[in-house]
Amino acid sequence: MTLQSFLFYLLAVISVGSALLMVTRRNPVIAALYLILNFFALGGLYLTLHAQFIAFIQILVYAGAIMVLFLFVIMLLNLGDVKQLTERVSYKKIIAAGLSFALLMEMLYIFVYAPSDLPTSRFEQAATIGTVEYIGKQLYTTFLFPFEVASVLLLAAIVGAVILAKRRLN
Amino acid sequence: MDNVYLVSVVKFVMYVAIVLISVILIGWLERRISAFMQNRTGPNRVGPFGLLQILIDVVKLLLKEDIVPKSANKRIHDLAPIISIAVALSTFAVVPFGNTIEMFGSEVKLMIADVNVGILYMLSITSLGVYGLTLAGWASNNKYSLLGGLRSSAQMISYELSMGLSIIGVLMVSGTLRLDQIVLHQTSYLGGWLPAWNIFLQPVAFITFAVAAFAETNRLPFDLPEAEPELVAGYHTEYTGLKFGLFMLAEYSNVITASAVIVTLFLGGWHLPYAEYLGLSPFGLSILQILTFCVKVALVILFFIVVRWTIPRFRYDQLMNLGWKVMLPVAIANVLVTGLVLLVI
Repeated sequence: MTLQSFLFYLLAVISVGSALLMVTRRNPVIAALYLILNFFALGGLYLTLHAQFIAFIQILVYAGAIMVLFLFVIMLLNLGDVKQLTERVSYKKIIAAGLSFALLMEMLYIFVYAPSDLPTSRFEQAATIGTVEYIGKQLYTTFLFPFEVASVLLLAAIVGAVILAKRRLN
Repeated sequence: MDNVYLVSVVKFVMYVAIVLISVILIGWLERRISAFMQNRTGPNRVGPFGLLQILIDVVKLLLKEDIVPKSANKRIHDLAPIISIAVALSTFAVVPFGNTIEMFGSEVKLMIADVNVGILYMLSITSLGVYGLTLAGWASNNKYSLLGGLRSSAQMISYELSMGLSIIGVLMVSGTLRLDQIVLHQTSYLGGWLPAWNIFLQPVAFITFAVAAFAETNRLPFDLPEAEPELVAGYHTEYTGLKFGLFMLAEYSNVITASAVIVTLFLGGWHLPYAEYLGLSPFGLSILQILTFCVKVALVILFFIVVRWTIPRFRYDQLMNLGWKVMLPVAIANVLVTGLVLLVI
């Protein structure tokens, strides 16, 4: 087994295992920690695909910023009684089960009828696509409009958060 | 291929040894300087000038009982100091401590890992340091610890932004994410005499980055997570023995790393102005550059220590106001002005 495939299997096992553990843990802080581990494994997978920029942004943004805020909120609420969190409403679970089943079918479909040019077969290109220079150039030329629209969306969210926070003061 | 791994391992082992020895020295230096500034004597009994005091302290920490509170989460209580120290030690991997050096017939780059997104690596690893503190605070199951942990997460998030934005100014000037290239970019001369260090090209970014670095290392005036008059000892209240020692080690390693990053990004890294005119052999020049880097880092560490014993602690609301209402706008304005100037030139 080459180092590449060894790393892939190792990271795949870690990411699937941590995702499962994250869903099944009762304690919200422990669940958040497994989610962080999952982000790490995903970052590692991106690295094996030669996407260094995405890999480090994954860790910087998700593990380093968003999950810190998540943990902050979870700890601030400091839920003493975990039983309050367990839901008894069953229709949500039914919908969730249906959606998961649909996703599973989609993935099986892709695995069975896999098209010949999956990303792995375009490995040579991937090395150049993953660089910061390439992503930056694409973002500011081909995808400039969606990029700007996304920034306006984020700005709107920030303005909304500020208004919500200010309203309580008055 | 094997040679590459071997060289990396050698560099890594040397780096860890150097950091651990420097931590001992810095610990001693901090206590002596604080004593000097407060008109005390400081540790002076063990070894010459008290130099071996920290070694004795380490022995003491090793022999102490490891106490975990009854209601604490044992595993995470153990995990937190490990996260702290791992993050503190791994940031240094991308910092170049010299140019290339000729050794055993091959050219060796003087950095542990040559990553082409070096700055992103550095930022993403430092952004993880907060978990050590937050989890330590939470797992201890003590309200002072929890408050310390919560403060650390809010503080780190707030100052990471201005840290990243001040780095953008440097990136715009040098046009690369590789730290070795950033240093190389600073080896030219402005107007033929002034070294083109980023502190002269990006003075505002230097100040915001330095302030953010103080906040990220939890040093005074930003040591809110452990503020001893309010929170006993903050996030490490419930830690004893070697686990407490690991937090201390992480703090000093963070100071070393932050100083090294400041030197690399703003103070010309290993560049000694006019050294290339001395007519030294390439090997001699490399050694001189490594020494230059060490001296610069030592001076910045000294600055860290002096600031700690000079400036009192911020109040929590002052900390947040400074982070969001002063540092962030200044850093954004710096990016804008840099962009405009680059456009005009």
